Amino acid sequence: MTIRGAAYVAGIYEHPRRDIPDRTLFEIHTEVALGALADAGLQMSDVDAVFCDGTAGFGPMSLVEHFGLRPTYFDSTETGGSSYLAHVGHAAAAIAAGKCSVALITLAGKPRTGRHEVSFASGSDSGFESGWGIAGAPHTYALAAQRHMYEFGTTSAQLAEIKVAASIHAQYNPNAYLPYAVTVEDVLNSPLVADPLHRLDCCVVTDGGGALIVVSPEVARSLGRTSAKILGHGEAIKHTSNGGIDLTYTGAVWSGPRAFAEAGVSVADIKYASIYDSFTITVLQTIEDLGFCEKGQGGKFVMDGGLVAPFGKLPFNTDGGGLCNNHPSNRGGITKVIEAVRQMRGEAHPSVQVPNCQISLAHGTGGSLGSKHGSVTLILGQEDA
Amino acid sequence: MTMLPAPAPAINSTTAEFWKATTEGRFLLQRCNACDIVLWFPRRNCPKCWTEDVSTFDAQQTGTIYSFTVVRKGTGAFKDAGPFVIAYVELADGPRIMTNIVDCDIDALHVGMPVEMVFHDTGEGSALYRFRPASR
Repeated sequence: MTIRGAAYVAGIYEHPRRDIPDRTLFEIHTEVALGALADAGLQMSDVDAVFCDGTAGFGPMSLVEHFGLRPTYFDSTETGGSSYLAHVGHAAAAIAAGKCSVALITLAGKPRTGRHEVSFASGSDSGFESGWGIAGAPHTYALAAQRHMYEFGTTSAQLAEIKVAASIHAQYNPNAYLPYAVTVEDVLNSPLVADPLHRLDCCVVTDGGGALIVVSPEVARSLGRTSAKILGHGEAIKHTSNGGIDLTYTGAVWSGPRAFAEAGVSVADIKYASIYDSFTITVLQTIEDLGFCEKGQGGKFVMDGGLVAPFGKLPFNTDGGGLCNNHPSNRGGITKVIEAVRQMRGEAHPSVQVPNCQISLAHGTGGSLGSKHGSVTLILGQEDA
Repeated sequence: MTMLPAPAPAINSTTAEFWKATTEGRFLLQRCNACDIVLWFPRRNCPKCWTEDVSTFDAQQTGTIYSFTVVRKGTGAFKDAGPFVIAYVELADGPRIMTNIVDCDIDALHVGMPVEMVFHDTGEGSALYRFRPASR
């Protein structure tokens, strides 16, 4: 069985705010759910499947109770910021299997103005990968950046080009947390957080959320809205591999080929890519691993506006991405799908809309490049793709 | 560089032997007796063949820096530590392990630098294994 063409993303919604002190986490879930349903032209009562990450309460039960639903299918796959791309793939498979026909995927979080205490049970790495003063994602992603620089000669200025491209896009997004363009010098002159990563190599920290509606072809055809056809999905977990970690590549080396094979397309067919951008190094390694350039050549690829829409080699993150626009709940996966759907619909900002955007890719990286992470690749197409 | 804090790790029944050895200045690794691979971190089952037939040995306390980062400002117990170094060290016995580099000139650190293990007592029945530039 393949999910190619078995399901569509029919509704999207990105919360417009970046500070939300006056809403609870669950109220934000409702707000984005209703937003995405309205975008699709559907009602909450149409929903028969609910997908959420591991932070929405006691698995999916709390959220389903909060919504007042009785779904026939649910899934709370938790792979950090890539969870929502996994949810899309899982929803498509469930729809293909006849388990459901209208799947609701929501994300909400308040790392800026609320309590943000996401905690998970310790794995067998307890005491060996935690500690050491690691107090946030930058520290372990920096380890990946340092090793990539050592092996391939990647430079801080090349990493900065990724932030610059995202910022060029962000200036057209009035909701962006950092809605202005920055230069390579701005990035290099920002304070070092964890060598070699500067503050501007990091994504923003924002309250917010988003939602996606994934539906069967029959439901999609009944709606007045343009939907994005799901062509392919691939997922993988890369970990420390019994003391054998290689910091120069990501799980995209496995998730990418799976998604391309299912979609029956190649990198040359991708007109737009939403690439998970928790840090600049995340983007650089991912575009190599997905095959947009050779391993180690990411630094050269991103120079000279390679990622800038609409005419760069690979227009990416036209909403400004996690680097400049939004990284709700410290998780950027849902906005990756949302902007890819905008591009397929021709509803990105006119200054960054990719012409004839027939096939796009969205990729999520959740967890840490420096230890373990979940990589998920989705390929979306217009109806005739 | 001031002395880094040494917060005690969580210890469970599988890791108790490992952490007790650190208080004696020993660093234990495991080897799978069935497939002869070195294991990291301590486990009851080999992650390749899943046997419980694994043995413990005293590892060499040397290695080289596989990657590192200088954290400019720590939080929590490391709030007042000043800039400090998190790294992966590739042990002479093979595994790449996460750790800190201490007693070093942070501007002189580089990937591939030979390092040797030191132990920092947590005061709670364990010692953190860290590394400093090798003395020779």
